[in-house]
Amino acid sequence: MTQPDQQQPAAVAAGGDILRVEHVSKRFGPVTALTDINLHLGRGEVLGLLGDNGAGKSTLIKIICGFQLPDTGRLIVDGQEVVLKSVDQARALGIDAVYQDLALINQLSVYHNMFLKREKLNGPLLNNRAMRSTARQYLTEMGISIPSVDVPVASLSGGQRQAIAIARTVYSSNAKILLLDEPLAAMGVKEAAIILDLVQDLKKRGDVSIIMIAHNYGQALEIADRINLLQHGEITLDKRSKDTSVAELNDIVVAEYRRALEERQRSA
Amino acid sequence: MSETTEHTGRLIGEPGGGPGPGNGVGDILRSWLGIFVRQREATIFIVAIALFLYFGVSNASSFISQSNAINLFSSFAAPIIIIAVGEVLLLICGEIDLSAGFIYTFAPFLMFFMNEYYGCPAWLSIVIGVVFGLVAGFINGFITVTLGVPSFITTLGTGFILAGMALVFSHAEPHPLPPATLTIGKYLGTDGWSQFIWAVIIVAIFHVVLTRTRWGLYTISTGGNALGAREAGINIGRIKYGNFMITGLLSAFVGIQVAFYTNTIDPLAGGYTPMFYAVTAAVIGGTAMLGGSGTILGAFIGAIVLAALLDGFDVQGINANSVQIVFGAAILIAMVGNVQLARIRERGRMV
Repeated sequence: MTQPDQQQPAAVAAGGDILRVEHVSKRFGPVTALTDINLHLGRGEVLGLLGDNGAGKSTLIKIICGFQLPDTGRLIVDGQEVVLKSVDQARALGIDAVYQDLALINQLSVYHNMFLKREKLNGPLLNNRAMRSTARQYLTEMGISIPSVDVPVASLSGGQRQAIAIARTVYSSNAKILLLDEPLAAMGVKEAAIILDLVQDLKKRGDVSIIMIAHNYGQALEIADRINLLQHGEITLDKRSKDTSVAELNDIVVAEYRRALEERQRSA
Repeated sequence: MSETTEHTGRLIGEPGGGPGPGNGVGDILRSWLGIFVRQREATIFIVAIALFLYFGVSNASSFISQSNAINLFSSFAAPIIIIAVGEVLLLICGEIDLSAGFIYTFAPFLMFFMNEYYGCPAWLSIVIGVVFGLVAGFINGFITVTLGVPSFITTLGTGFILAGMALVFSHAEPHPLPPATLTIGKYLGTDGWSQFIWAVIIVAIFHVVLTRTRWGLYTISTGGNALGAREAGINIGRIKYGNFMITGLLSAFVGIQVAFYTNTIDPLAGGYTPMFYAVTAAVIGGTAMLGGSGTILGAFIGAIVLAALLDGFDVQGINANSVQIVFGAAILIAMVGNVQLARIRERGRMV
């Protein structure tokens, strides 16, 4: 955790990477989801993972968070090669994912959700007062504003729920590597701003490294230090955000569409 | 930040900018309405009071008496309350136990056999009878959680088995209470108020369990979002097993209590009726059948409402058959009310 190069969050030096994915492949029966993935994540870095539907983004995320084992290749976390057999094992190593379904309990209050499975206790009883005030403090620190930590999660907007889910993961599991699966999906501009803000704040703290799957190139370039483009199970582009542009990414994807279209026409 | 909670309820009653001067009555009405909207138990509590007033006024001499109070609270209400506590926990985590009333039937027979045939001391026989409920709950949990049968079917099956076992082992004959057990039995059910006192203690304990402990939180999570609960690391199987076992334990306890209260062990006691009354009490007390929400206090008051109806009609000499029409209507009205209030609550939050 406390490595010398922590001051340079965007550092890509091999030794300083918190996570390296090397030659990872994954097949599901006849379908090859990932052919040969090589990816690295620097300390405190925000990596934007872009790609078409079905390009293999979710499979990659699931492998990194221990939900699935890769067929080949290896994962190196903090300089150590690891075989992640379960989500719990990955969590113990500080890798945690926030999925689109968020794993929040609608009927419970915000603070109970924040501390779910990590409740503060007073003997056998819940220490609601402590959880309430700590939740309030965390959310304030992270700049997340919600009407109250006492309201049930059901009453919050999509952006607020996403923010709560991220805050819970960051605080309660002490995640070092945070995987965000399309945190901006189906979100309006205002809502998305809450999350972009939150990721920016986490970046400033520097102790969390983030891989964020995104669809919107503009948003991804805005927030990520580096962009990886995933196509047909391979990383086809790896550039710092400032060295690429929405136009370039668009061109690559449009070119791919053209190729797919030509192939269709040829086979027709 | 937290002030907003207090406002959520009131937002509904505040169309068009705040309470102006001079509409004090309106304000009071609105704040009352707010309480109704927020506190699920409030509605059923008012209904309970109204029923007591009605029966108290219309049949003052027979309704307001020590013996009728014992009848209402201990004989009618207590068994419903205690089983309802278990059913509320199960309904919240998305399950149901139809076999509760048959665990109730069988437990006192087991107590009888242990004492009379196997020579167990009285206290041990009672403990074995009650622990049997835990075992039955464990089996319900095993078939539901581990073997994956919906609890409605599981407990339908285990209920029939238990009903049959009670009839076979008792040769369908009522048995007397073993004399040795009567000393302890006095505190369990024989003494007039004992059943109701137990019911109140059990409600107090499980109200705290549901609202103030991890167990309660995980029970709500299991029924509210099973996938999410599992992703958060909650062992939802364990929660369901546990709640089946709690329900079994409480049902067995009720069976033994009722045996002492009625001074006989009857193979036709229990059955579906107490279980359905308990589920009815839970539902009119605000427990959703879909899981994720419910309150023990609501079920407690709901059971007292049912008991007041049963007892009140009894006292008035109205045919027991017509009570069922009232029950059915009560269930439907309560459910429609719950669903509509939930909608209003949702709307109140959408700000």
